[in-house]
Amino acid sequence: MSETLREFALRDLQGLRARHRAVFTTDWRRRATLLAGLIVAVALAAYGFWRLDFSLGRLGSGLGQIAHMVSLMFPPSPGGRLPLYLQSLAETLAIALLGTLTAAVLAFPIGFLAAKNVIPNIFAHFAVRRVLDVVRGVDVLIWALIFVNVVGLGPFAGILAIAASDFGTFGKLFSEAVEAADKRPGEGVVASGGTPLQALRFALIPQVFPVIASQVLYYFESNTRSATIIGIVGAGGIGLHLAEQIRILEWDVVAFLVLMILIAVAIIDWISSRLRLAIIGRAAVVL
Amino acid sequence: MPGVLLRLPPEQLEHAFSAYGAAVRAKRRRIALGLLCLLAAIALAGVAGEVDLVKFAGNIDRFPNYIRNLLPQLSWANFGADVTEWFWNLDEWLKLLADTLLIAYLGTLLGAVGAFLVCFLAAANLEPRNSIRFVARRFLEFCRTVPEIVFALLFVVAFGLGAMPGVLALAIHTLGALGKLFAEVVENIDMRPVDGATATGANRVQTIHFAVLPQVASNFASYALLRFEINVRTAAVMGFVGAGGIGQELVVAIRKFYYTDVSAILLLIIATVMVIDLVTEQLRHRLIGMERRP
Repeated sequence: MSETLREFALRDLQGLRARHRAVFTTDWRRRATLLAGLIVAVALAAYGFWRLDFSLGRLGSGLGQIAHMVSLMFPPSPGGRLPLYLQSLAETLAIALLGTLTAAVLAFPIGFLAAKNVIPNIFAHFAVRRVLDVVRGVDVLIWALIFVNVVGLGPFAGILAIAASDFGTFGKLFSEAVEAADKRPGEGVVASGGTPLQALRFALIPQVFPVIASQVLYYFESNTRSATIIGIVGAGGIGLHLAEQIRILEWDVVAFLVLMILIAVAIIDWISSRLRLAIIGRAAVVL
Repeated sequence: MPGVLLRLPPEQLEHAFSAYGAAVRAKRRRIALGLLCLLAAIALAGVAGEVDLVKFAGNIDRFPNYIRNLLPQLSWANFGADVTEWFWNLDEWLKLLADTLLIAYLGTLLGAVGAFLVCFLAAANLEPRNSIRFVARRFLEFCRTVPEIVFALLFVVAFGLGAMPGVLALAIHTLGALGKLFAEVVENIDMRPVDGATATGANRVQTIHFAVLPQVASNFASYALLRFEINVRTAAVMGFVGAGGIGQELVVAIRKFYYTDVSAILLLIIATVMVIDLVTEQLRHRLIGMERRP
């Protein structure tokens, strides 16, 4: 057989059309909806580009600037302030750790309060959930700015900012973990004469603790990233130096700081994923 | 026989108890060790983070004060006028919010288009060349690991103040995040349509158009919508570094202690974020429903 499937099919095109009419007819309605959606999307984009003052000239000159900046970034150099930068990197990690732990400790009881199976009162449940939503809706940088106002510049504001923004997330995640727990161990504890509090301690907490621990570790990872940027608004950590060096256009130092952040984040990711595996076992790593 | 408890012989019982005791002790030791490590880490972090609990306890009343200051003067008698005064600059703020949404939209759109172009190069089943896949994956990794606000800071220097650096920073981060997710979606497709298309002599673009795209389109759209939600939140703070949107107003209000302005802008941002979340959630459910339909 010397002819390919394609040639064979092309020779029999009329026959194929006749036999499989459904495949060959165009669904005009679907195509029209798709086209309309596309036109709206493109029109909105065009309006956006116009409204936000995009221009090819600006883009071109900016790209030229970036090329210039990148050429100045090599080789990266700490500019003789390596100990200072290492210290603020440690500060960044401290902010992430203490912020995450504070949020977890505060959110732990809230997680039970916001769970349907622990507090069956729908109003309490609803109210706690909405408050958590509001807390979560505010970005960590906004929290950082607010806490800089309340407690002054420095890493303590950063810790509180991370704690505040994660409190909302943890409250929601913990309550979902509690709701997903199997209720039969609790029934067993109560049936053998345990109080509700004992049921909480011996049936519920052993079930939710590994889930919660792995979530806390996961957020510690992600907070290491957040903690590197909250310094931009003065809340401690390496972001302060990064913003400063960008403002005074010391590009080799900027490159060095970015590299430092990337390496630190990679190391924390690695450690924390190992710990997560150790805590919850290989099967349940999916978050 | 009811009422009779069966007991193990004493020597077996003793053995079982001692084994149980040893297991519990081992577990307790491990937990104690872990706690000790954690406490040491906390102490170290406390030193590095300059935590001063005495000072904190002395100034703890500042929190309720700050929150009280945020609340506007509202009275039932002239509620309407009070609210109008609270949101005195509503027109301007709404315009800036619209800009923020546009920044998020353009950032997501540009990032999604870029991710769409790159993801096929990073997927193991469609890109057999290891070197290209390696480069594409490292590129995506770089784009999503550097925080968008750092890109925004850099771009503000390069492009000047305004929304444009914000859009580009969001676009780059979105490209990295969506590119990875898109590539994972592509790696999970059914390969038979691809083999079929290849067998009929389709080139690469045709294969992607007719065999891959129908399988992945709804997932791609769903992930892009999810990213749009996240980008709305981020776009709201882009103004902190001069990259456009409502963040500029917010940062001025917070820094200058215009308390009621802070609460008004925050409320607007939270409301917008919630509305966007609801709308995109609906859209995503419909997209997923479309996929499930035979």
